Amino acid sequence: MRYLVPLAVFVLLVALLAVGLTLNPREVPSPLIDRPAPAFNLPQLHKPDLAFSTKDMQGQVWLLNVWASWCAACRDEHPLLVELAKQRTVPVIGLNYKDQPDAGKAWLKQFGDPYVLSVADAAGRVGIDYGVYGVPETFVIDRQGVIRYKQIGPVTVRSLDEKILPLVRTLQKQ
Amino acid sequence: MIPEIGQFSLILALTLAFALGTLPLIGAARGVPEWMALARPAAQGQFVFVAIAFGCLAWSFASSDFSVLNVASNSNSSLPLPYRIAATWGSHEGSMLLWVLMLAAWTVAVSVFSRGLPDEMVARVLGVMGLISTGFLLFMLLTSNPFERLLPPAPDGRDLNPLLQDPGMVIHPPMLYMGYVGFSVAFSFAIAALLGGKLDATWARWSRPWTTLAWCFLTCGIALGSWWAYYELGWGGWWFWDPVENASFMPWLLGTALIHSLAVTEKRGAFRSWTVLLAILAFSMSLLGTFLVRSGVLTSVHAFATDPKRGIFILGFLALVIGGSLALFAWRAPRVGLGGAFEVVSRESFLLANNVLLVVAAGAVLLGTLYPLVLDALNLGKISVGPPYFEAVFVPLMALAVFLMGIGPLARWKEASLPELAVRLRWALAVSVVTALIVPAVTGKWSPLVSFGLLLAFWVAATAVLNLRARIGGGGTLITRLRAQPRSYYGMVVAHCGVAVFITGVTLVKGYEVERDLRMAPGDTATVSGYVFRFDGTREVMGPNYRAAQGTVKVSREGGGEVTTLHPEKRVYLVQQNAMTEAAITSSPLRDLYVSLGEPVDGGAWSVRIYYKPFIVWIWGGCAIMALGGLLALSDRRYRGARRREPVPQAAAATRQAAA
Amino acid sequence: MTSPPPMRLLQDQPLTGVRPQINASLKVVASIVLLIVSLSLAWAGEAVPTDQDPVRAQRAVRLAEQLRCLVCQNQTIADSNAPLAVDLRTQIREQITEGRTDGEIVQYMVQRYGDFVLYRPPFKATTALLWLGPALLLLIGAAVLARNLAVRRRRQAAEPLTDAESARARALLAGDGKKDRA
Repeated sequence: MRYLVPLAVFVLLVALLAVGLTLNPREVPSPLIDRPAPAFNLPQLHKPDLAFSTKDMQGQVWLLNVWASWCAACRDEHPLLVELAKQRTVPVIGLNYKDQPDAGKAWLKQFGDPYVLSVADAAGRVGIDYGVYGVPETFVIDRQGVIRYKQIGPVTVRSLDEKILPLVRTLQKQ
Repeated sequence: MIPEIGQFSLILALTLAFALGTLPLIGAARGVPEWMALARPAAQGQFVFVAIAFGCLAWSFASSDFSVLNVASNSNSSLPLPYRIAATWGSHEGSMLLWVLMLAAWTVAVSVFSRGLPDEMVARVLGVMGLISTGFLLFMLLTSNPFERLLPPAPDGRDLNPLLQDPGMVIHPPMLYMGYVGFSVAFSFAIAALLGGKLDATWARWSRPWTTLAWCFLTCGIALGSWWAYYELGWGGWWFWDPVENASFMPWLLGTALIHSLAVTEKRGAFRSWTVLLAILAFSMSLLGTFLVRSGVLTSVHAFATDPKRGIFILGFLALVIGGSLALFAWRAPRVGLGGAFEVVSRESFLLANNVLLVVAAGAVLLGTLYPLVLDALNLGKISVGPPYFEAVFVPLMALAVFLMGIGPLARWKEASLPELAVRLRWALAVSVVTALIVPAVTGKWSPLVSFGLLLAFWVAATAVLNLRARIGGGGTLITRLRAQPRSYYGMVVAHCGVAVFITGVTLVKGYEVERDLRMAPGDTATVSGYVFRFDGTREVMGPNYRAAQGTVKVSREGGGEVTTLHPEKRVYLVQQNAMTEAAITSSPLRDLYVSLGEPVDGGAWSVRIYYKPFIVWIWGGCAIMALGGLLALSDRRYRGARRREPVPQAAAATRQAAA
Repeated sequence: MTSPPPMRLLQDQPLTGVRPQINASLKVVASIVLLIVSLSLAWAGEAVPTDQDPVRAQRAVRLAEQLRCLVCQNQTIADSNAPLAVDLRTQIREQITEGRTDGEIVQYMVQRYGDFVLYRPPFKATTALLWLGPALLLLIGAAVLARNLAVRRRRQAAEPLTDAESARARALLAGDGKKDRA
């Protein structure tokens, strides 16, 4: 009977590895889900004399999109964001992460500006507060200012249709 | 043309592998001599065609044939020739071809060096190896074809990853794979024995040299990988408990347990079913390692680009091969019986204890490597398991094993006496303790961990001396007495001393290494551990496929006296545009001085890291000594003469089994 | 310091564009370093450590060695050269200066990045099996070994040779004449 132990352990191992094939080991889930979005107050990218604070979005459902002009993957998701902005479903605030303001502005001019406004996080502090480790990332924040979802990596058609937009609609009904 | 020849050769190899994996096994089961006789020619034919395929791929790389997708993805016309050839195995597809080549080579070696084995056994061993080969060849042809064409051909290739453009990286994979794949021989012997129902000392004597040879290669392969990481990655580390490193370490641990277990099975006929299980598990770990590296299940700097289709295939293959073997084990092993008798205190029980510790260590490494996956799969969050865990768990286990390593060889077979052992060992213990306390005190910095490490190392050395003295007691001159000892004994002594050297290196480096992170402007000096480093600025140099900022650092001793001039570089490889550090190292048996450039800062200055690493070469030197011990052991007379010896008479074998 | 990308083909999109960040991060690093060494002498002299305060530097390194770099994922933020690692090292230094304890700084990181950022997995309910596993395996191994030895002993005692077997054994041994070499 004990001779079956190695086989039994192995069967469990194979089951584990099979499940493992469906997971992504590089993805680090955010501990900030269902927690209040860290407050910040940053100068706007296009109007540096004006500030924007998370409090300004209180009462609305909104998306915070972390982007940068040096980020290659941001270019992949950008058309989707521009399209989303045209449909006016949900306001998107851009967080220009560790970037040169001129480069950032030029990039938006070239590829389109889907953002209600962008804020400049030159030092990356706000990014750290939000647990940003790879650009782009997108946060869905509800009316009470609580983070409900974090999209790691570029927004895709699939993630928009299956996760982000349904969630936004649910939150907007609240 | 040539890639097509290569592809066709692979298909031919697959047919031969399939024939090898089926007909001889059926022949052995049914007693059909003609089918069993097919094993050797099929094995040799398979090797020829795999070698042709490998040659074709290497040729495509050497001649920079960018109409082959693999060449276009991993090579470049400005890549120097040695690296173009090494790029043959620099990708997933190419390294799989290398795997299969190694497997074919081991198979043909077994087919040649097995004249004294009964035909049934040869047929079964080669048959099992053929089955494994079939699986891998199928995997390659279906999901990872190295000869896939790229039409129209690329104008130039994407270049080999700069980290791989290095001699260490050229030889590390072949060595490693020789080891990994070599355990398939022990595995096949085990399966053949289970299938045939005959699990005697002869089987162990046949398996042992093959296993030891594979173990030697694996030891060298892992040591080379560690040394490469040290000088190439630029921050002085040499072992990171990275999942892929662990994937190569687990077979090594189990392989070490296996060569010790085989010793007992060969000499005393004991532990048979345990040895068989170990042989299966050691190779299973090799296969598991292959899966982990190529499936994307774990993150690692070593991991190849992943494709879920490949992961599923390998997992299926794994399930079939390992599951099948373990099922066969569960079915056949209970009939095997206990083997030779021995007391609770005896060399056998010490070896069993060594086995338990090594297997638990391998289990601990597996647990740590897979645990993040377990939690993620059960949706219990995401953690990462890093070196602090592995060190905390591995070191105590190994410390125990090393302690036993001193006692085991002195214990008698079958029955030993603890009080007698204690008496003989007390001097060794005393010497070790005293030396372990004195040495750190002399160097000025005492720490309990350094003392403990040195204690273990001296313990091994002292007990080895004790053992040698006990064995060569008796009449005759010293030389004749030394000559009378079998080579396998010296192999053991040398390998164990290699462990002592290794432990010394690790302990002293960890205890006394110094790292300084500095900003250096041209002309600045820094004093680290009695050496003065003067930074003389950088200049631009061009390599064959890179542009570099080459620094000049003059090293001299604090009291005066030039040591050397170092040239660390910060390279940018032109094709992939990655920045890479080439550290500059000056080595001596007693210390390494290591300088690497960080980033340029204002005014021509650079951030520079200077490391003082005492005794670090003892780490890889110890591994080399271990491998040397293994080679000594397997060159023992009894293996060389084994071919001429007749197979053990049936009656004696039967008696032995009945008396067990 | 190296910024080696993980081995990947160009098909894989990196989550961060590491390469294009070099310009931006160089400026950040340069300004930080400039700030720290603003009092350094203009002519050649003793090389200056990148952090002026050795005590703080040591503490910062020790803390950084406990945290995993999320970009490279296989290095600590002490070793990694990724821009995020550089930023986090700066954060650590600042927080040390502000007077936070080691525990508070680590907590700060865990709050933002989760348990993944800890190089040494925490001891919690979910990781109990991880930490206790090896000890458990050892106990099981030792128990199996002990049982095996005991069974072996019992079986030897219970199976003495029969007379016929003893005679046969004696005959074989007499005819064989080979010694059992240890």
